[in-house]
Amino acid sequence: MGGHLNINHLMFLGQGALWTIGLSVIALIGGGIVGFVIALARISPLKSVRIASAVYVQLIQGTPLLVILFLGYFGFAAIGLKVSPLAAAGASLTLYVAAYLGEIWRGCIESVPKPQWEAAEGLALSRTQRMMKVILPQAIRIATPPTVGFMVQIIKNTSLASVVGFVELMRSGQIVNNSLFEPFAIYAIIAVTYFAMCYPLSLFSQKLEKRMGRGRSNLAPA
Amino acid sequence: MQQNPSSEPIVSLRDVQKSFGPLRVLDGVSFAVQRGEVLALIGRSGSGKSTALRCIDRFEKVDGGEIVVCGHRVDRPDVDLRALRQDVGIVFQSYNLFPHLTIEQNITLAPCAVKGMATAQARDLARKVLAQVGLEEKLHAYPEQLSGGQQQRAAIARSLAMQPKVMLFDEITSALDPELTSEVLKVIEQLAADGMTMVMVTHEMGFAKGIADRIVFMHRGKVHETGPASILTSPTTPELTQFVGTGNLKS
Repeated sequence: MGGHLNINHLMFLGQGALWTIGLSVIALIGGGIVGFVIALARISPLKSVRIASAVYVQLIQGTPLLVILFLGYFGFAAIGLKVSPLAAAGASLTLYVAAYLGEIWRGCIESVPKPQWEAAEGLALSRTQRMMKVILPQAIRIATPPTVGFMVQIIKNTSLASVVGFVELMRSGQIVNNSLFEPFAIYAIIAVTYFAMCYPLSLFSQKLEKRMGRGRSNLAPA
Repeated sequence: MQQNPSSEPIVSLRDVQKSFGPLRVLDGVSFAVQRGEVLALIGRSGSGKSTALRCIDRFEKVDGGEIVVCGHRVDRPDVDLRALRQDVGIVFQSYNLFPHLTIEQNITLAPCAVKGMATAQARDLARKVLAQVGLEEKLHAYPEQLSGGQQQRAAIARSLAMQPKVMLFDEITSALDPELTSEVLKVIEQLAADGMTMVMVTHEMGFAKGIADRIVFMHRGKVHETGPASILTSPTTPELTQFVGTGNLKS
């Protein structure tokens, strides 16, 4: 490289952007699966399960993502596992996202009016049936806007994965800048690219929230 | 399924005690409901009548006393809740239909999930119970598209689809205006005529008087008077005298 910003640099940045999306998807799917388990554990009838999951959420929420990423990257090495930056970043982000999504979703499950639980109970449905057929379908409607909103946070936070050497959009920008020394132009491009990825999601989230607003009144009275 | 000899009550409460913290809500409540009987629980707000009703379906755990419902010992911690709730139907003040399901799906959910009924059979059943409450045409509507009275009738139909041995009604007309109230009460009247065993907490004194075989008057967690509807016109305790005297009978 060297010289002026050319198509090759932009291609490189584009590739970084694709990895940003890839890492976001990994974090969302991994974090979504673990987060769902966390959400259910947080409202478990077993006290020990509730406490364990609450401790997990507090630990993660009280730790900067940057630190979690370092811990993930060097932690694997410390126990003798050699993992790629992608695996380390994916695992760290999964743990991070799970704590937040778990908490968001717990709130959504609990915001389904309690009489809905009672009505399902009165019809002799088992706890699993109540959850799967009555509560979750309603909770998912409530959860969609904040979940989409949180995806915006995930996309932006993947930029921190650059510190463990994962070449996503941010890191690819740093690499290009190292050869071109045009930081303002390059970081401006990066900012615009992040914005282009996040803004549609934000819009979508707002739209969902508006639609929810209309639907809210249809939920059973508490 | 347990078989109840006709002499044995379907629901019986004996010396039931229940406190919420320091507040004693039920203080030695006893009454029984025979098969085919309609029992109305009346009393002021806070008299414990709704709590007593909820104890029958074990939405509240009692602190003491004995509750037997269709042979289930409801006061015991090891009671089979799902078996109990297949025998007992409950309808709430706020209808509590599932808003994400159509009326038909609301009704078929439990028979399919709990009793393993085939979908086609459950759909026939849904039609049948909706006809009973006069709502056949609302089969595919969502709860939000129904009026309050229609929603409450659909909730009754949903409960009926489980073919309960006894139905509990917890102030089911309290959220409805008079016109809608009467359409719900008509459904209850028909159920009574069909011989359904029912326990209802109600503020509709006129209705209680007309339909109930027996009235239980509660005051401060105790049963003060029990008897046929005539106790409303000739009360013997000062509490009931005062209760019927304060205009409660006019409704």
